[in-house]
Amino acid sequence: MEVGQMQRQWVDYTKSLFLEGFLDSQFLQLQQLQDENNPDFVVEVVSLFFEDSERLLNDLTNSLDQQGIDYKKADAYVHQLKGSSSSIGAQRVKNCCIAFRNFCEQQNIDGCIRCLEQVKQEYCLVKNKLETLFGLERQIVAAGGSIPTMELSF
Amino acid sequence: MNPSGKGSMSTISTSSARKAGELVPDFPAGLRVLVVDDDPTCLMILEKMLCTCLYEVTKCNRAETALSLLREKKNGFDIVISDVHMPDMDGFKLLEHIGLEMDLPVIMMSADDGKNVVMKGVTHGACDYLIKPVRIEALKNIWQHVVRKRKNEWKDLEQSGSAEEGDRQQKQSADEADYSSSANEGSWKNSKKRRDEDEDAEERDDTSALKKPRVVWSVDLHQQFVAAVNQLGIDKAVPKKILELMNVPGLTRENVASHLQKYRLYLRRLSGVSQHQGSLNNSFISTQDATFGSISSLNGIDLQTLAAASQHPAQSLATLQAAGLGRSTAKAGVPMSIVDQRNLFSFENPRLRFGEGQQQHMNSNKTMNLLHGIPTTMEPKQLVNLHQSTQSLGSLNMRVSATTPQSSPLIMQMAQSQPRGQMLSESIASHVPRLPTAMAQPNVANSVLGRDGIADVSRGSVYNQIPQTSPMLSFPGNQTTEVPINSFPLGSTPGISNITPKSNFQDEVTSGMKGSGGFAPSYDIFNELHQQKSNDWELQNVGLAYDASQHVNPLQGNIDVSPSVLVHQGFPSTQQAGQNREANSIGKAMYSLGEGMDQTNLQNIGQNLNTLLVDNSVRVKTERVPDASSQSNLFPEHYGQEDLLSAFLKQQEGMGPAESEFDFDGYSLDNIPV
Repeated sequence: MEVGQMQRQWVDYTKSLFLEGFLDSQFLQLQQLQDENNPDFVVEVVSLFFEDSERLLNDLTNSLDQQGIDYKKADAYVHQLKGSSSSIGAQRVKNCCIAFRNFCEQQNIDGCIRCLEQVKQEYCLVKNKLETLFGLERQIVAAGGSIPTMELSF
Repeated sequence: MNPSGKGSMSTISTSSARKAGELVPDFPAGLRVLVVDDDPTCLMILEKMLCTCLYEVTKCNRAETALSLLREKKNGFDIVISDVHMPDMDGFKLLEHIGLEMDLPVIMMSADDGKNVVMKGVTHGACDYLIKPVRIEALKNIWQHVVRKRKNEWKDLEQSGSAEEGDRQQKQSADEADYSSSANEGSWKNSKKRRDEDEDAEERDDTSALKKPRVVWSVDLHQQFVAAVNQLGIDKAVPKKILELMNVPGLTRENVASHLQKYRLYLRRLSGVSQHQGSLNNSFISTQDATFGSISSLNGIDLQTLAAASQHPAQSLATLQAAGLGRSTAKAGVPMSIVDQRNLFSFENPRLRFGEGQQQHMNSNKTMNLLHGIPTTMEPKQLVNLHQSTQSLGSLNMRVSATTPQSSPLIMQMAQSQPRGQMLSESIASHVPRLPTAMAQPNVANSVLGRDGIADVSRGSVYNQIPQTSPMLSFPGNQTTEVPINSFPLGSTPGISNITPKSNFQDEVTSGMKGSGGFAPSYDIFNELHQQKSNDWELQNVGLAYDASQHVNPLQGNIDVSPSVLVHQGFPSTQQAGQNREANSIGKAMYSLGEGMDQTNLQNIGQNLNTLLVDNSVRVKTERVPDASSQSNLFPEHYGQEDLLSAFLKQQEGMGPAESEFDFDGYSLDNIPV
């Protein structure tokens, strides 16, 4: 596939991620921060997010898997996940966290477990999507092209 | 990144000596920021954003590390940004420490936008509160907090303008090496002077005849003072000896005496205060340490105490105030005195000395003017209440008066600061009962009381009964232990009224402060109060209108006062969940607009609107687009604005409201005078 085609594919794919709500404008902010001096900024930050989130999700799963659930602790984890997901623009994950926090507040175990599943699911989805996107980017760069700038004016 | 507003600053900044190694001719570039967050993702993003803003960034992921960094490198940072939720130390605790030890502006941030948390930020002295995800536009303007703080520290110097002061200024400027935030102090002097003169004009009305040069207690000067006191022993430290030990030319025994009073108060506070009061103290003290100014005495009364105290409490006040924006902005002359008084009273300051003659000031036209029309809106019943409350206050005042029978200057101060004070209301509440008997002036007091009476100092039980000279809201945040937020009957207080009747207010004020009309004045806390106190609201509205007009016009060029004042209005709206956050952002933005929008304001708006945009407000989007394109050059249209806009719209509609709390109806945006 030639570079131009790959670039168009990248653009379409990115657009779809926004359309489907996986990403929001915060992700654009990240892309804006990337420049020639930091060509891998977005990938780095997102990788950091993946690591951190996986740890959080594990901790969260453990915390809900107990006899006496510490909802405050669970809430703290969810809050953190909400913060980091919103920072990179992972909108659907963030939205799940919001619902999750409500259940934690209500100490609703069923609601929490459901949300946990949902959050994990959304996380996996967005992770796949982003990894696909980064794959495309690598291909473009390898083929000598440059990644188009995604510019949105709001 | 060069905010347009800094044009004047850059020229000024080059004219004065800077701290060694910290010279930044193109301020705010080079601003030394310390960012603390346990979330590595956020930390990395923030660091990158701050670097893009050309700031000098240091990041750390633990509060303890941050504190030791700050302690090691005294004066090594200009501003701190900290997350609220951290595993090793609560962000608010860190905030207190920093305020107490280093007196740096601190910005809190969190994904949590709940009213209580934001309120905590205010009461603990944060100069701003950012909601995550933080956008770069929000970070671009953080330098304003540094400037504002410096400005307030120099305010007194500018007002006096005497040769003596000039010498002192020079001496202090020369000692910049020890100043924590002195890098731009000298440079701000001139610019502040111009702006301050406008603000000072009002304050000087009653004091011009007795004006005395103010002393600004810089960090350096204060350290000398503390060293002298320690050398003498706190019990044996008398002003005369301290003065001799300090050996500062131009410093008078009187200056030292008033500073000593404050210092003693501070120490007393440190030893036996609750957490909440402690936080108040911190802000108070921090500002005090930075600038112990003295107000020219009135009628022989030593108002220096007041003034100085007011300087600092202003900060506390500011923090207490919902605005949560420029903490130091509250230092602007008048409001500070009120805050100061409040604080002094709260700490049972027996040192307040007010001349009885000051009562005259209470009855001054100024007070009356402020409340013109208000008394008429008061029902007789309320007047009666005021009278009654006056009496109760009187008895309360006895307590204070017994120790220091000086109330009038206080009142006067409060009266003076009413217009501004109103904005800053909040912590005064708890101190209202201690207002001096002078408050019991039926005529003037009524009008004054009318406003303040609403502020329920006594924990929500006395509604509109406690006369206060200042319309400061008795925001419980100040002493949360005593006044739980929910018991605020402050719904009717002028300060609180900022929140509730804001929509009314907005309609009344046509000076450009529109936009907040959309705020639904339906705060649960205030609902019942609202019904009872419709009169109060009228009072407040008038007061607000008065204040607003006072502030908006003359303060066009005064960025620091206006925003703080106006933001205060806007901030309370954030008390409610979700909607308020957005509304507040907009309110803030709009107020900024009202003031005389400069680029930075637009950016604020832009950011706020962006947030709204993302949160499913279609109307926001349409409003936002023109702003974005006009102000942001970061987003050249590449993809096709319409294209992506529609994509987002579809996304929003498809997804439905992302957060139930964002029940934003977008109205206020419609009024944005873009």
